[in-house]
Amino acid sequence: MYVAVKGGEAAIENAHRLLDHERRGDRRVPDMSVDQIREQMTLLVDRVMTEGSLYDPDLAALAIKQARGDIIEAVFLVRAFRTTLPRFGYSVPLDTDAMRAVRRISAVYKDLPGGQVLGPTFDYTHRLVDFLLAAGAEPEFPAEAEAAPEPMPHVTGLLDREGLIEPETEGNAEAPVRDLTREPLDFPASRDLRLQALARGDEGFILALGYSTQRGFGRTHPFTGEIRLGEVEIEFVPEELGFPVPLGDLVITECEMINQFKGSASAPPQFTRGYGIAFGRGERKAMAMALVDRALRAREFGEEISAPAQDEEFVLAHCDNLQSTGFVEHLKLPHYVDFQAELDLVRRMRAEYTARRDNAELEAAE
Amino acid sequence: MSETVSTSGYNFAYLDEQTKRMIRRAILKAIAIPGYQVPFASREMPMPYGWGTGGVQVTASVIGPDDVLKVIDQGSDDTTNAVSIRKFFARTSGVETTTKTDAATIIQTRHRVPEKELGEDQILVYQVPIPEPLRFLEPRETETRRLHALAEYGLMHVKLYEDISKHGHIATTYAYPVEVAGRYVMDPSPIPKFDNPKIGNCAALQLYGAGREKRIYAIPPYTEVKSLDFEDHPFRVQTFDEPCALCGADNVYLDEVLLDDCGGRMFVCSDTDHCEERRAAGHRGPLSGETPFGEAAE
Repeated sequence: MYVAVKGGEAAIENAHRLLDHERRGDRRVPDMSVDQIREQMTLLVDRVMTEGSLYDPDLAALAIKQARGDIIEAVFLVRAFRTTLPRFGYSVPLDTDAMRAVRRISAVYKDLPGGQVLGPTFDYTHRLVDFLLAAGAEPEFPAEAEAAPEPMPHVTGLLDREGLIEPETEGNAEAPVRDLTREPLDFPASRDLRLQALARGDEGFILALGYSTQRGFGRTHPFTGEIRLGEVEIEFVPEELGFPVPLGDLVITECEMINQFKGSASAPPQFTRGYGIAFGRGERKAMAMALVDRALRAREFGEEISAPAQDEEFVLAHCDNLQSTGFVEHLKLPHYVDFQAELDLVRRMRAEYTARRDNAELEAAE
Repeated sequence: MSETVSTSGYNFAYLDEQTKRMIRRAILKAIAIPGYQVPFASREMPMPYGWGTGGVQVTASVIGPDDVLKVIDQGSDDTTNAVSIRKFFARTSGVETTTKTDAATIIQTRHRVPEKELGEDQILVYQVPIPEPLRFLEPRETETRRLHALAEYGLMHVKLYEDISKHGHIATTYAYPVEVAGRYVMDPSPIPKFDNPKIGNCAALQLYGAGREKRIYAIPPYTEVKSLDFEDHPFRVQTFDEPCALCGADNVYLDEVLLDDCGGRMFVCSDTDHCEERRAAGHRGPLSGETPFGEAAE
């Protein structure tokens, strides 16, 4: 009887108090610090930053703690905080060629300038539960060596020199950068807006869409051109100075997919690109994003649009987990006014149905 | 208005002034083109999408320190989400809140229009889940925008006609489509069609905010609003067989409340303020005083 009776306010307060209590768990177990989350739940922190569209490991860690580890809830906290931040400008485009990479792999060349750098990865680990961790075992320190001074150019750049891959679309440096969080999305969307939507989109959803293209729903024949993970410097040009000033470093993961393209009447056969990027160590997300980015470029290449991953409205309107969760969970809110209207209608239609049937029986009997 | 930081550490009514200006521009456009859905750069709010973020942004953009705010959900001031939104504005703007319909200058609502006639000094802000009346007939935004541009509403009429041919009457009971000022077909949000007559020629400004779908639309005061129908199947609202069990009101929208598990039920006003006011004025329904709600709802 949650409406006829007053007390919604007290109930809400008590519910929140209980929630806080449950989040704390058994109070004999030490409280988890935000530092611990930031340092030891790094992939979770990275995902919350990526989908929260805000690079702030401390804030993401705190949000994770407050959300009891629920990713979407933590993303929600970060996004709601982000909304209130002033926007003072746009950074200079990141120079990922100059990344200090801790991982860089290519699946299309055995060796390449800058080399293959395996770095920290779950790949090739055996997924056996390590009970020593439960016993508090400290891991070994990593092996060390001098960093190679060699530059690490993008694989796609190497292909570009031969004209084998479509050239990177030349960005207009003067054109305003569109911003998904500051203007409504309209369709058809430009690629920058699409990439923004995919970058903050739900990892699970983007992953499933990317996967669907591999299984034939909008097939794009992808190869992992390269994945690189590491620190890049972010720069900003303050108006009063007129030259770029470094703001700090970001850890990012970037993925460039190389996709087959048979060519068309107006374009020669060449490889095409799909691009993915994520804050921190978001390799799975960056790869899936690159697949979906390429699938969404179907119109650009005159490809037939038949699969969900190629359908811009379908993908962009449903990839945001905050929007999805909000609307799904809003079904918890009371709907009894509308339900009453439906009740009334169903009762009336049932009465009409019964009357019709009785009439028919009567006529049949006569 | 200059930025005024309230005790909560946020700007007055949460949103920064730039955002409010952006939303006000959308509202002005919406008022200028009644029933037209204006895209706006909906912000991420500290409550979930689908829980009133559109209405909250509209309210935050039009509210001033002298306003008095009422928030209802399903007609009631005491549903949990209404309480939550009211508290949000009390905390971020410090404005006075009320449950009295006639004391409010802004009423944010979900799923109902108050029973009491609204005045010229009032704004009714609706929370809208799906602003597009054609959405369930045509899922694509690119397509529905074209249909609106061409005033091509055949789809909707066919749907209503099919209802009649299948069921003998139109089977839409809430979010019943309306034509505004003779031009745009509009979703009045999921209010029962019982409330549709109240939104036409209404003295108050009516604003509709859809946060997740990033749309704002409006019905200016005294605008003609017509619920879609056919000459031989005129629009009709729901009627109830009995009056409110608590206040005895007729011609109001009633909620059905189950009393036991053997079919016992009562019907009470969905608009709790209306019901309370009537009871305070001495009106009594058949069950007043006999139920646990009679007193508790005071």
